[in-house]
Amino acid sequence: MSTSDGNTAKKSADVLELDRVTIRFAGDSGDGSQVAGLQFTNTAALIGNDISTVPEIPAEIRAPAGSLPGVSSFQVSFSSYDIHTPGDAPDVLVAMNPAALKTNLSDLPKGGTVIVNTDEFNDVNLRKAAYEANPLTDGAISGYRVIKVPITTMNARALKDSGLNTKQIDRCKNFFALGLMFWLYERPLEPTLRWIDTKFAKNPAVAKANADTLKAGHNFGETAELFPVHYRVPKAHLAPGRYRSITGNEATALGFLAASRLSGRPLFYGSYPITPASDILQELARFKNFGVKTFQAEDEIAAIGSAIGAAFGGCLGLTGTSGPGLALKSEALGLAVMVELPIVVAMIQRSGPSTGMPTKTEQADLLQAMFGRNGECPVAIVAPATPGECFDMAIEAFRIAIRHMVPTIFLSDGYLGTSSEPWRLPALADLPKIEVKFATDPETFRPYVRDPVTLARPWAVPGTPGLEHRIGGLEKADVTGNVSYDAENHDRMVRFRAEKVARIANDIPDLKIIGEQDGSLLVLGWGSTYGPALSAVQRAQARGLSVSHAHLRYLNPFPSNLGDVLQRFDRVLIPEMNLGQLLILIRSRYLVDAVGLNQVTGRAFKIAQIEEKVNELARSKVTVG
Amino acid sequence: MTTETATERVPLARKDFVSDQEVRWCPGCGDYSILAQTQKLMPDLGIPREKIVFISGIGCSSRLPYYMNTYGFHSIHGRAPTIATGLKASRPDLQVWVITGDGDGLSIGGNHLLHILRRNLDVVIVLFNNRIYGLTKGQYSPTSEIGKRTKSSPMGTIDYPVNPLSVAIGAEASFVARSLDIDVHHLLSTLDRAAHHKGTSFVEVYQNCNVFNDGAFMEFADKDVRPDRTVQLEHGKPLIFGKERNKGIRLNGTTVEVVDLGNGVSESDLLVHDETREDPAVAYILARLQHPPYPVPMGVFRAVERPTYEDLMDKQIADAVTREGEGDLEALLSEGDTWTVE
Repeated sequence: MSTSDGNTAKKSADVLELDRVTIRFAGDSGDGSQVAGLQFTNTAALIGNDISTVPEIPAEIRAPAGSLPGVSSFQVSFSSYDIHTPGDAPDVLVAMNPAALKTNLSDLPKGGTVIVNTDEFNDVNLRKAAYEANPLTDGAISGYRVIKVPITTMNARALKDSGLNTKQIDRCKNFFALGLMFWLYERPLEPTLRWIDTKFAKNPAVAKANADTLKAGHNFGETAELFPVHYRVPKAHLAPGRYRSITGNEATALGFLAASRLSGRPLFYGSYPITPASDILQELARFKNFGVKTFQAEDEIAAIGSAIGAAFGGCLGLTGTSGPGLALKSEALGLAVMVELPIVVAMIQRSGPSTGMPTKTEQADLLQAMFGRNGECPVAIVAPATPGECFDMAIEAFRIAIRHMVPTIFLSDGYLGTSSEPWRLPALADLPKIEVKFATDPETFRPYVRDPVTLARPWAVPGTPGLEHRIGGLEKADVTGNVSYDAENHDRMVRFRAEKVARIANDIPDLKIIGEQDGSLLVLGWGSTYGPALSAVQRAQARGLSVSHAHLRYLNPFPSNLGDVLQRFDRVLIPEMNLGQLLILIRSRYLVDAVGLNQVTGRAFKIAQIEEKVNELARSKVTVG
Repeated sequence: MTTETATERVPLARKDFVSDQEVRWCPGCGDYSILAQTQKLMPDLGIPREKIVFISGIGCSSRLPYYMNTYGFHSIHGRAPTIATGLKASRPDLQVWVITGDGDGLSIGGNHLLHILRRNLDVVIVLFNNRIYGLTKGQYSPTSEIGKRTKSSPMGTIDYPVNPLSVAIGAEASFVARSLDIDVHHLLSTLDRAAHHKGTSFVEVYQNCNVFNDGAFMEFADKDVRPDRTVQLEHGKPLIFGKERNKGIRLNGTTVEVVDLGNGVSESDLLVHDETREDPAVAYILARLQHPPYPVPMGVFRAVERPTYEDLMDKQIADAVTREGEGDLEALLSEGDTWTVE
């Protein structure tokens, strides 16, 4: 079989060894493609592959069954080497119905494998998928390797004695398909069988049915002659340690919880449900035995207001949202800037403007995060690069917020939030300390006296005798914090707030260059473009091009060596899922003639797209001798 | 609202709650009276000053926290309840007051008011109702009477006004009261009741804006006519009013009747006030009475017991710890399937 990544295949008897495979499970949103994909992912991870996944979920909760908008898919890439993306294109498409075939086939390169559930290709479903003729018979998929399996009937046959009704039986068919895929790629069934036992512990009949059909699918692979070979993807060489599979939003929630532990302060999360940030609310709501308080607010404004209230009281005040919600929070975020309290806003970007495409990813809220408030209103901004890194940057967001007494935006996106990868469990002892110093001395306390190094004001929490004071959104007099309309004072305070954020640069790591430390082209990224950008650069480097990669995890302020790094390259390419927002910042700040590679499709970049631009801009390495 | 009381401390006096900031309301403003009664009440609560927090939004009323020598937060327009919610939920040990006005609480912040009331956090909310926008210099407010001519309604308002107590009772707030800026004893005792109620206490104070809406309440609040045009609500007592205490309120089905005592009508025919009634219907009926033809009810309309939000939140945490043990971060991180790479 050919793979989109141009991978090599070694034949040995009836087992073919591959170094990377990308599978997309697609079906009606009720078909369980997400569950099948997740189980496949976990199993691949457990046997030592590197993995990367991305789900694609329709905006509608339950679009009409069999319809095009109702298609849900899950793509998993697993490999024997270190990968950074869920694959540019699938090698294998599992299509559970005509609509799934129609919406996904164009992503499959010619020659790819399609496994179709032939039972669903009836007149009614074909019509719902807007097929005029049956694509299985009219030659529409002739360029692919098509494997036709009557999944619905085989599943029903396997479960005819299960005691379940027809509808219940039909809902198990994703596990028949999964069993088949497990056979095809030599994966063990045990992890999924264990998962079934736990998941359906209260319903043994359903548990048994799922297990039986999983095995039936596996046995079908072994006995049917549809597949002349099956495939093996050996273990990847990951850094030693203990691993789990994790999504960005899960890692984000864990990171905030860890920040609470590291600071010794309780975590308060005020949030209003919004795609794709709701996972964080749901995750944190599970952590009650850690003392975490979650508050589902009446709206986005109340959510950030509650976080500010919690921060005033000395807790870790956290709120979370996506683009439209950040717009609603902007006035309150300005208040937090004015009163200089350490709240964190977990901002999981999605496609905009307005409601946009809630389930699709984008990076078009960078400038909103930077500037989207009235007045001169700087906040700190950090941005994770990978799902696992969401953990570290969540901790970092609170470390910065507290040390510098500044609201901090944790800028993730829907792609990072919902994608998963193997995550090496951190040793708690290695995590950074978050030092909290509350003001306690009434003799020296002034609400707006500043730390000489960081310019942070003191954190003085109610309950501390002798420190009674008033804060608010009106301009503050330097040191005393009383209301002030004085012209000179306002100018000074505006500059203090800007300088305070600028000085965070002294407290964050330098930007690292991957590859040559100077040369013809630097690919500079931020956020979730990390995976495709790094992979594209690595491929170009392997082909002898002079190109390096650097990735910004700190967006405000920038690392202090950024200007120097930019000067060392002839050209700078900035790939972004927007129309050039980091580009604007870099060009204006550093007067560098950087160029953008911009895409706003609601999807992540493919490696090939960035690679093509790199090829155009980079020259070959100068070879000596 | 309750909070642990201080021990081994010098008892505080009113002056201990007066901040060093110059009070900047217009001379003659009703806000002065509300501030004075609030400062006067504080020592009697027996709560250390550092445990008290006043949170406000925007507007004339919302300046109040600057004048209280406690912790204070003058926030943004309409949002004080949200900040109070986050603070009280995360720090139940604090005594939290929200100071708001008719514009701040019922217009821009109406949504938050509804939700803090239904959640029943243990905070006191004092809404200064002057039926006008004062700080922005004289536009009509959501409580302005229909037809009112203001700078932004030269031909009279066409907005049907909102009744603050209808909102509070509609949200089934656990404590709902009304008082008057110039009736200082009544105001003090009403604030005292509010402070001791466990749960969200909502107090509407009729407050005169002598610059932009002078005399808004004088028709029934003026000392001379007040006994005949207002009725004091007292728990367990019949609704009697009038200089001669000779008039009463009778409920005929859901219809309110003003009756003269005597001539076959006795006290036993009158509505007996029950502030603890779970069903908010009667409180709602009373809250809608306007002069004329009715006397305006003043006092505590409703005071019922309901668990507070922060107590329920803490109980869930305690239950989770009992059930699952204290959270173990290391165990949580390695939740689910893990594998080891050598």
